[in-house]
Amino acid sequence: MGKLSWSAIPFDQPIPMAASLLITVGVFAVLGLVTWKGWWPYLWREWLTSVDHKRIGVMYVLLALVLLLRGFIDAIMMRSQLAIAAGGAQGYLPPEHYDQIFSAHGTIMIFFMAMPFLVGLMNFVVPLQLGVRDVAFPVLNAISFWLTASGALLVNVSLVVGEFARTGWLAYPPLSELQFSPGVGVDYYLWSLEISGIGTLLAGINMVTTILKLRAPGMTYMRMPVFCWTSLCSSMLIVAAFPVLTATFGMLLLDRYAGMHFFTNDGGGNFMMYINLIWIWGHPEVYILALPAFGIFSEVIATFAGKQLFGYRSMVLATLAICVLSFMVWLHHFFTMGAGADVNAVFGIMSMIIAIPTGVKLFNWLFTLYQGRIRFEVPVLWAIGFMVTFAIGGMTGVLQAVPPADFVLHNSLFLVAHFHNVIIGAVLFGAMAGYYYWFPKAFGFTLDRRLGVVSFWCWLVGFYLAFMPLYALGLLGMTRRMQHYADVTWQPYLIVAEVGAVVILCGIAATIAQLVVSIRTREQRRDATGDPWNGRTLEWSTTSPPPSYNFAVLPQVDSLDAFWVMKQRGPVAPPEHYQSIEVPRNSPNGFVTAFFAVVTGFALIWHIWWMAILGLACAVLTLLVFGWMERHEDEVSGEQLADAERARLRAASP
Amino acid sequence: MSAHMGTAELPGLGTTMARGGEGPAPVRIVVGYGFWIFLLSDIIMFSALFASYAVLSGQTAGGPSGRELFELRHVGIETLCLLFSSYTCGLGLLAIGRRQLRGFYLAFAITFVLGATFLGLEISEFVGMVTRGAGPSRSAFLSAFFSLVGLHGAHVTAGLLWLSFMVAQTAARGPRDFVRRRLLCFSLFWHALDIIWVALLTLVYLMGAR
Amino acid sequence: MMEEHARQPADEDEHSGSIVTYTVGLAFALLLTAASFIVSQTGLLWAPGVPAGLAVLAIAQMGVHLVFFLHISTGPDNTNNVLALAFGVLIAMLVVGGSLWIMANLNTNMLPASAIMEMQR
Repeated sequence: MGKLSWSAIPFDQPIPMAASLLITVGVFAVLGLVTWKGWWPYLWREWLTSVDHKRIGVMYVLLALVLLLRGFIDAIMMRSQLAIAAGGAQGYLPPEHYDQIFSAHGTIMIFFMAMPFLVGLMNFVVPLQLGVRDVAFPVLNAISFWLTASGALLVNVSLVVGEFARTGWLAYPPLSELQFSPGVGVDYYLWSLEISGIGTLLAGINMVTTILKLRAPGMTYMRMPVFCWTSLCSSMLIVAAFPVLTATFGMLLLDRYAGMHFFTNDGGGNFMMYINLIWIWGHPEVYILALPAFGIFSEVIATFAGKQLFGYRSMVLATLAICVLSFMVWLHHFFTMGAGADVNAVFGIMSMIIAIPTGVKLFNWLFTLYQGRIRFEVPVLWAIGFMVTFAIGGMTGVLQAVPPADFVLHNSLFLVAHFHNVIIGAVLFGAMAGYYYWFPKAFGFTLDRRLGVVSFWCWLVGFYLAFMPLYALGLLGMTRRMQHYADVTWQPYLIVAEVGAVVILCGIAATIAQLVVSIRTREQRRDATGDPWNGRTLEWSTTSPPPSYNFAVLPQVDSLDAFWVMKQRGPVAPPEHYQSIEVPRNSPNGFVTAFFAVVTGFALIWHIWWMAILGLACAVLTLLVFGWMERHEDEVSGEQLADAERARLRAASP
Repeated sequence: MSAHMGTAELPGLGTTMARGGEGPAPVRIVVGYGFWIFLLSDIIMFSALFASYAVLSGQTAGGPSGRELFELRHVGIETLCLLFSSYTCGLGLLAIGRRQLRGFYLAFAITFVLGATFLGLEISEFVGMVTRGAGPSRSAFLSAFFSLVGLHGAHVTAGLLWLSFMVAQTAARGPRDFVRRRLLCFSLFWHALDIIWVALLTLVYLMGAR
Repeated sequence: MMEEHARQPADEDEHSGSIVTYTVGLAFALLLTAASFIVSQTGLLWAPGVPAGLAVLAIAQMGVHLVFFLHISTGPDNTNNVLALAFGVLIAMLVVGGSLWIMANLNTNMLPASAIMEMQR
């Protein structure tokens, strides 16, 4: 069994052991409940083998919410540690454990919370907004989701069996090389990200093809909703950037497994090449996250201001500009690591230039709100909170784009505060806004409003309490990733930060409570019309939830904000005769591929070569078997469509 | 708000942007485009390895360099094999388009043989280098060389597997729409591998052997 | 989807290739390959210009493949394909070119002079 033995389970460390027990018991409890209630056939048929973009989108978001909890627990553990580990105190987390916590926190939040959340929302919404029935490649879509879930599973298995990387979320060599990280931690990191990276890349390809080749008749590029534009650009960035991540991790894996010398200290290796390549991926990655969030806010602001989005053309151009420019700024992540003033200056200037299109977007949102009749629903709160928070975070970013300033601030808590400022402000707030906004469409009832407001305010107040002190600490000289510190004058700031984390915890608790309460009282908040917000785009023209085929007849589009225009024009006579549609059948392809991916990944991590070869062979075999089989489709007859449409039109006009 | 507000025309990009309203594209175009995007992502993955090779090519750590190791005659034969296999692949695709099944099988059989020859030559080159003590763990230059050329070889191997699978599927199912779509994707893949080989040949072998 | 049953009118024609296109492409590619070997191995081209010459020949051959084998054209139906290719090429150039520039800059600034000398081929 390779390197695997019973000593892989952390029997001797109380905190990891407690966490492992908690997770193991929790997982078995859930599996047990599902078995006892007899839900497996339903789950298998309706969710696990589904190739419907709506179901897949929901599963992505569910994965993200669960991993948000895991990542947040890591965060609050860190804050608690730092609140007490002042002067000579050592806190309750030894350095080897603390290092794994901050590494896991970053890895999980970026790869298994933020990415799945936004990819899930894009998956659910984009085909509906484009007025089509599904994404370009539905089975590939399912495979993408399950590969992402595989990666998430492997990272969490590292908590119970073995250890995680202690290298930070980007695993810089030489620390991540075999010489300095001989354990399995870095291998867990690398394999789970290689596996989920394939899933993400395939999802990006799927989305680009869908948006460029599958739109309702009449929907020209300039009539697409802005969320579709930002999804397109984000997906283009995924297609361009993730291969670099795959290659770079591949090279590190070759160093670790095959004794090669890409990034080692000896044999001519150059660790800076890793840092260079990983940030070529890393910078576009943050725009992969930010652009869909910007798109969500564009939709939310226009809908709740009751006005068409201001400056559609400039929004599109700004999004495209951000897309291209995001590949020209990556050195600003390592200004201090040896480049000369000439190189630093070029990248510094490019980093400032990229702030301009974002500014254009911000002004467009403001002008959309101006003289609109704003309804202060929960998504609008998130949007306003975003505009303020992201502006501050963006400013501290442009500040660090000045290389001399960055020499003081690089890798200090100022940096940590900056990136949390922009990521939480844009990505998390956007995800929460999108979650509340599109929840009724997905499930047929709205979420409880009061708890949504509570959640927002807890997040907003909690965020500022948790991160503003970090700006001060960064300027005072505190670096990142410290497990304890000597200067006791830093402690008050860290205590305030801890309080902030607790307030955020309340916000997360409110979100969980909101879901529970909303499900319990869902009949009172049924969305009968399919259009709870008086929306402007095509997804609101379907029932809530939409039928599996989305649209009985593809809508004919002749303007921007297609649904709004349709509502202004008034009802249209339904067609006399509905043509039957074919709907792709479910496929276990994704689930089975993911199963073998997990087996192969685990085996490679623990050097169980026979299992790795077997797992890989089975994965390839799965591909071949499913490729060989003919893919049949289910038919929805014209009569069924007519019945469904009659019911929908009745409900939509009360 | 008039309904005309949405049809904005961008100066210069006017006709391009105002188009795109034809509705969902036919499946063949959707599949072809999706595969094209995948190929571009693959090329970007190769470019990351090319970048590493370019940066590390001088780092021989006291070991052998390209000039000592590369045999250009060998490389020339490999190049011809791959180039002709690309040609026969194209001919095979023409044949299947005209439903000339025998021509298709012949063309793809030759493609397979040429591809396998390429692979065999490349493996023998690798084995030769390793036995001479110039394996991938000898130096950064060799790590980069083996990985870059090896990744291309791995793609060729996957391509040969795919080719065999497609020939079998064509024999079993006939030249149906979905089979021909997959053959189109395969040919895109195979041609792209030859394009990458041109870059490899030039940057690694021809520049390295000087 | 319904497309399986709908006849694709432009199906066979869409293979905008013919045996002539492929053969011409092969001929050009062979010529360019031979030229690359000649340029790199003989003294025909002025020595400092060889890398540039090889690069030009390689790019030309890649273009031949794209046009004659992959049928990339500038027709209206092809716009998305060309744009995607252009984007991909831009990124590839940024990755390779940017890395070379940055790494060379790092080496010049960080390595002692002796180590730099050792690195020059």
